[in-house]
Amino acid sequence: MELDFSFYNWDLFKNFLQKGLLFSLQLTLVATIGGIVLGTILALMRLSGQKLLIAPATWYVNLMRSIPLVMVILWFFLLMPSIIGKSIGAELSAYITFIAFEAAFFSEIVRAGIGSISKGQTAAGQALGLSYSQNMQYIVLPQAFRNMIPVLMTQTIILFQDTSLVYAIGAYDLLKGFEVAGKNFGRPIEAYLLAAVVYFLICFSLSSIVRKIQSKVAIIR
Amino acid sequence: MPLIQMQHVSKWYGSFAVLTDCYTNIEQGEVVVVCGPSGSGKSTLIKTINGLEPFQSGSIIVDGISVGDPKTSLTALRSQVGMVFQNFELFPHLSVTENLILAQVKVLKKDQSTALEQGLKYLTRVGLIEHKDKFPGQLSGGQQQRVAIARALCMQPKVMLFDEPTSALDPEMVGEVLDVMVQLAHDGMTMICVTHEMSFAKKVSNRVIFMDQGRIVEDCTKDEFFNDSENRSLRAKEFLSKIIQQ
Repeated sequence: MELDFSFYNWDLFKNFLQKGLLFSLQLTLVATIGGIVLGTILALMRLSGQKLLIAPATWYVNLMRSIPLVMVILWFFLLMPSIIGKSIGAELSAYITFIAFEAAFFSEIVRAGIGSISKGQTAAGQALGLSYSQNMQYIVLPQAFRNMIPVLMTQTIILFQDTSLVYAIGAYDLLKGFEVAGKNFGRPIEAYLLAAVVYFLICFSLSSIVRKIQSKVAIIR
Repeated sequence: MPLIQMQHVSKWYGSFAVLTDCYTNIEQGEVVVVCGPSGSGKSTLIKTINGLEPFQSGSIIVDGISVGDPKTSLTALRSQVGMVFQNFELFPHLSVTENLILAQVKVLKKDQSTALEQGLKYLTRVGLIEHKDKFPGQLSGGQQQRVAIARALCMQPKVMLFDEPTSALDPEMVGEVLDVMVQLAHDGMTMICVTHEMSFAKKVSNRVIFMDQGRIVEDCTKDEFFNDSENRSLRAKEFLSKIIQQ
C-alpha cells in the first residue's frame, strides 16, 4: 500500500479542517469552563453537610460517571426534540451535553482539591471571623485550585480528545473535517493518519503548557 | 465582671469525655498559662472559647456574649478573639501583607488603606516590616509565627488565645516568638496560652491552669503552682517534676 499525502495543503485546511478545529477547540473551552463552574457547585453541595444538597449532587455525579459519554451525547440529542418540541441542533446539543457530563468529573477533582487543604487553614479563617463562604472564597478555593491545576488541565486534554465523540450526532468537529476530506480525495487512510498526528500535536503542546502554568501558579512553600 | 466566664463546660465524643465540668474565670489583662500532659484537653478547652470546638453542656460568656447560644454570631465573636495556632496557619497563597489585611477588610469592613496601615503597624511591632512583601513559605517558622501573631492583633482582639505557639518551632526560634508574647503580656493584653514553656509561665503569667484527662485539676497563681508544690495534686506534682528534670 502506498501512502499519498499530496492532497494535504493549505486549501484543504481552509476548506475542510478549519471549521472543525475551531468547533473542537470551542467545545473544549466552553465545556471546561462550564464544567468547572458547575462541578465546583456540585462539589460544594456534596461538602455542605446538608442532606438535601448532598443527595441530588451525589446522585447526579454517580449517574453521569456510570454512562458512556457517547450515549449521553446521543440520548440528549435524540430526546431533546421530543421534550421541547424542536431540534436544538447538533452543536448546541454538544455544548450542553459536554458541560453536563464533564461537570461530574470536574466536581470530583474539585472535591479532592478542597479535601487537600488542611483543617488548620479553615480553622485559621474561622478564628479570624471569616464566614463559611468567605473562607471558601478567599482561603480554601484559591489554594485548592492551585493544587488542582495539573489534574484539571489533564482532564481538559482528555476532554479535547473526547470532543471527537460528537461524530455520533453529526456535528462538524476536527475529526469530521478529516473524514470529509479523506472521502473527498479518496484517501481515508492518509486522512485518519494525519488526524492522529494533529490530535497528538495539540494534546502534546497542551501538556507542555500545563507544565509551564503549573510552575507559575504554584504556592511557595 | 470577668472577661471570660466558663462554667461547667463539658464535651464528649460519643462516650469519650474530652472536657469534664471545666470552670474558670479570666479577668481583663490576665495572662493565664494552660498546661498539662498531652491529650488532657488543653487545646480543646481554649478552642471552646472562640467556638472552634463546640461543647455539649455548660456555658462560656466572652465579654457578655454567650458562645454556646445558637443565636450568637460566631463570626462576630471570633473577630474579637485572636488565635495563634501551633502550625502558624498563615495563608500560603497570600503575601504577608495580604495575610494581615484580609480579615480586617472582609470581616471588620475596613477600607484597604486603613487595614494596610494597621497591618504594617503590627508587623513593625513583631519586627518583620522588611518582610512585608514576602510569602509565608519564604519565612522561617519563627518569623511565620510572629506574622501570625501580628495577623491576630490586627483585629484588635479583646483576648488572645495561643495554642502551643512554640511547639512546632526549631529550638533556636522559640525565643523570638516568646519575646513577642512577653512584650504583648507587658502591654496588658489578656492572654490564654497553652504551652509547655514553663519559663514563659514563670516570667509573665498571673495564673496557671493545670489539666488532666479533661478536667481542670489546678487553677492557681503561678507562685502557688511553682513554689508551693506541697499543696498541689499528685498529678500536677508528677508533671512539674518531669518538666523540671528536662
